[in-house]
Amino acid sequence: MQSIAQFTINYWQCLNADGQAVAELPAFTQQPERVISLYRAMSLTRLFDQKAIALQRTGQLGTYASPLGQEAIGVAIGSTMRPEDVLIPAYRDHAAQFLRGVRMSDILLYWGGDERGMDYAEAREDFPISVPVASQCCHAVGVAYAMRLRQQARVAVCCIGDGGTSKGDFYESLNAAGVWQLPVIFVINNNQWAISVPRCGQSATQTLAQKAIAAGIHGEQVDGNDVFAMTARMEAAIERAQQGEATVIEALSYRMSDHTTADDASRYRSQEELDKYAARDPISRLNSWMSDAGFWSEQQEQAMQEELATQVEQAVKEYLATEVQPPQSMFDDLYETLPNAYQKQRDELINAQTSPQGGADHG
Amino acid sequence: MAEITLIEAVTQALAWEMANDENVLVLGEDVGVNGGVFRATVGLQQRFGAERVIDTPLAEGLIAGMAVGLAAQGLRPVAEIQFMGFIYSVIDQMLSHASRMRNRTRGRLSCPLVLRAPFGGGIHAPEHHSESTEALFAHIPGLRVVIPSSPGRAYGLLLAAMRDPDPVVFLEPKRIYRLVKEEVPDNGEALALDVCYTLREGSDVTLVSWGAMIKETLEAADVLGEKGISAEVIDVATIKPLDRATILESVARTGRCVIVHEAARSCGVGAEIAAVLASEGLLHLMAPVQRVAGYDTVMPLFRLEHYYMPSVQRVVDAAQQTLEFE
Repeated sequence: MQSIAQFTINYWQCLNADGQAVAELPAFTQQPERVISLYRAMSLTRLFDQKAIALQRTGQLGTYASPLGQEAIGVAIGSTMRPEDVLIPAYRDHAAQFLRGVRMSDILLYWGGDERGMDYAEAREDFPISVPVASQCCHAVGVAYAMRLRQQARVAVCCIGDGGTSKGDFYESLNAAGVWQLPVIFVINNNQWAISVPRCGQSATQTLAQKAIAAGIHGEQVDGNDVFAMTARMEAAIERAQQGEATVIEALSYRMSDHTTADDASRYRSQEELDKYAARDPISRLNSWMSDAGFWSEQQEQAMQEELATQVEQAVKEYLATEVQPPQSMFDDLYETLPNAYQKQRDELINAQTSPQGGADHG
Repeated sequence: MAEITLIEAVTQALAWEMANDENVLVLGEDVGVNGGVFRATVGLQQRFGAERVIDTPLAEGLIAGMAVGLAAQGLRPVAEIQFMGFIYSVIDQMLSHASRMRNRTRGRLSCPLVLRAPFGGGIHAPEHHSESTEALFAHIPGLRVVIPSSPGRAYGLLLAAMRDPDPVVFLEPKRIYRLVKEEVPDNGEALALDVCYTLREGSDVTLVSWGAMIKETLEAADVLGEKGISAEVIDVATIKPLDRATILESVARTGRCVIVHEAARSCGVGAEIAAVLASEGLLHLMAPVQRVAGYDTVMPLFRLEHYYMPSVQRVVDAAQQTLEFE
């Protein structure tokens, strides 16, 4: 018997839960404005999230998936991707989407039941949120293949959760990314829970990152609540992608919220566990570091919070002021040109709105 | 001009479009070096290179999902699923993404892809290689489902499918891949999608079919002709969206209709056609609409296969029933 292969999974962390440096910090942390921009983006996401949940609780938004406690992952993704790259998000990634230029009002519009929330004004090639878990990984392979075929120095970034790594689409996609040496990055938001099933119920593997090894691509684990480590590792992954090697980043985090507003996580997990992870919060961690580094004060915090609250309020106003689409819009982007076969159904729908006996409640 | 088979017409259409549109890619299992297990892509990799004629890992869901990604980037992927029996994991990508990307993004992104697969029975194939499950796709909003029944229509309809701005499922009746040859000019001329093709005009009964069953349907029309019954034969060709007008117009003249398909009877595309006739053509009907179809059974292995497949005799009998109805 002889050992023919050995593998290692590295774990990356810059700041510990108390906001103290535990490793050499990346160079960008010397630029206060860059650090503050990461902090602002995380804080904006959290304010937005609080507002979205309040809207849902008051009947002004549909079911909504919160990224509470996982803001560092999306901010690292969104702040390192270049405009020409393509984001293929799952449904808890609006931190990344905001930095890509997706409007807060669009995200509200989407969870508020309106397709126009997926017609992003910027990041026009980014994919809309994928609800069927892991199916988007295959799209990322296609996008990255197109980039490589056209010899473009662009990168596809795909987001997925820990539950998604159990699906065939995830494995098939990693495998293909390895075969074709594609410029693609898969970021696993390992928030420890897939609705009610804990991480240990998804896989017996010690890490999720090691699933990359089976596909012959690079895999590593990062403290997903450490925005410095996440940002540095995303930068490295983007560089690696352009050299033709795909990456899996397993970002360790925790879902502080229910799965969605339709879920009640107290049915399956303990307050003790929540308390344990609350102490690892990505925002308060960076706040501690910035305060210690001497470029963040209570006054700055207060001014920023007020400014961000105004932005969120403005987005909510825009969302609430958006008129409902005309019913026939459900036909208008079904095909580029609606086939004749369905024209009559479209007319029926319009007539049902205008006829005295008709209307939306009459089926 | 040489005469070619249906499968050669598929190859000819793929080659034409790849030569004339650099955005067209072919991907699938064994489509490259091997030229496909039925040889539909033979010679394409040598001509257009391995980057555009892609041998994929053995993963059908990946093939379809990857095609969604390629198409959203403005390419024109033509994905081959080796047999329809392996297509079911692909339905997720077609239903959840390809068919609705344009609608979800309000036109920002779209999925102009073609999903090709050989389908149907009658070639003594192994298990899972003989089903006709086209209705599964015909039920998905946002798709087109196209089925050729001759070399000429395979060429023209596949060209149209590759140029269509929306996703098209292109199902190839493998029983007639090499059954007949005809002259098919390689001129890049597409045929119209979304319309039925009237293959034979008649006045007594309308026979409606698609794919490989067109062969039996035409033969039944010959037999009926010998009995003095004039049968019109319509090849539906695009089963979604359905060209109701051509079928209704024909039945308005003949007053009788027999629908012939290989797929299981219940909830097949024939049921939709019968429903259209009942709701929009009832007053023209002189007899109940007949369906000659596969049974609502699991497709039998090949020793019993011929009992399952609609025969010429069954079509003739059904047509005569419509004529004898009082």
